[in-house]
Amino acid sequence: MTALALASTSIVLAVLALIAFGPEVAAAVRRRLVRAPAPDPPVPAWDPGRELRAERRARELLAAVVSAEELAMYDELGFLSVAGDGRDDSGYAYLLYPHRPIVAFDAETGELLNEYCVGFPDRSEPAAARLPDADDVLAKWMSLHGSERELIGVANMHVPGRQLDPDRVRRDLVRLREWRAARRARAAA
Amino acid sequence: MKPGFGDVLLAEGDPELSEDEERLIEEFRRQLDLGMWAAVPTAGGGRRQATLVRDFSEVPRDAERVVFFPPASGG
Repeated sequence: MTALALASTSIVLAVLALIAFGPEVAAAVRRRLVRAPAPDPPVPAWDPGRELRAERRARELLAAVVSAEELAMYDELGFLSVAGDGRDDSGYAYLLYPHRPIVAFDAETGELLNEYCVGFPDRSEPAAARLPDADDVLAKWMSLHGSERELIGVANMHVPGRQLDPDRVRRDLVRLREWRAARRARAAA
Repeated sequence: MKPGFGDVLLAEGDPELSEDEERLIEEFRRQLDLGMWAAVPTAGGGRRQATLVRDFSEVPRDAERVVFFPPASGG
């Protein structure tokens, strides 16, 4: 008898709860279903071998596109330099580091002008995925040659020193000047 | 250019052959539809350059390659 009373009470309470809270619960479930974000694509496990192979392939592509001097510059100094406006007499130039901001500098005085923060994220890949270093530098090189205005237009511009140590960049400019002088001297000899 | 892979060959062919050209155009459009930028490396007067192209007709007939890469965005 007691069991029957308990069961009846439970049923009554359940029906009352359904009437009282049912619409709100259903709406909450609907909202949750609508708002549920699409799952992120799985991030592949870090594979040093794959990254090394990718870097080798990227360097091969870089070698096929840029000049021998620019390839040597990248191999020996770790960055590329590109004249502004596609002209050596433009008065300014850029340093292109892999996965670091592009640095504009005065070609005559070496004064640092701006940092341009720009990347080439592949939206079809997991957020952690990024181009190999040589591909990133080559993408910057091609974009500057192909459409300097467009590249600089999308970049976030900052004063020098925002991400890169200005002293380090100035040292790189000295290294670049010495490196070019040494090549000229070797060519003349 | 692809993260984790370096460059990946998408298509190759002789644009003088209509069948090859159709395949090249199809792949070119597919990449641009994916939002990629397309660059054609060039060499003239001893200088290496690159040109960004937005239509297959802008690709020089004697171009050795077209490089597709993700579009730039502020970092």
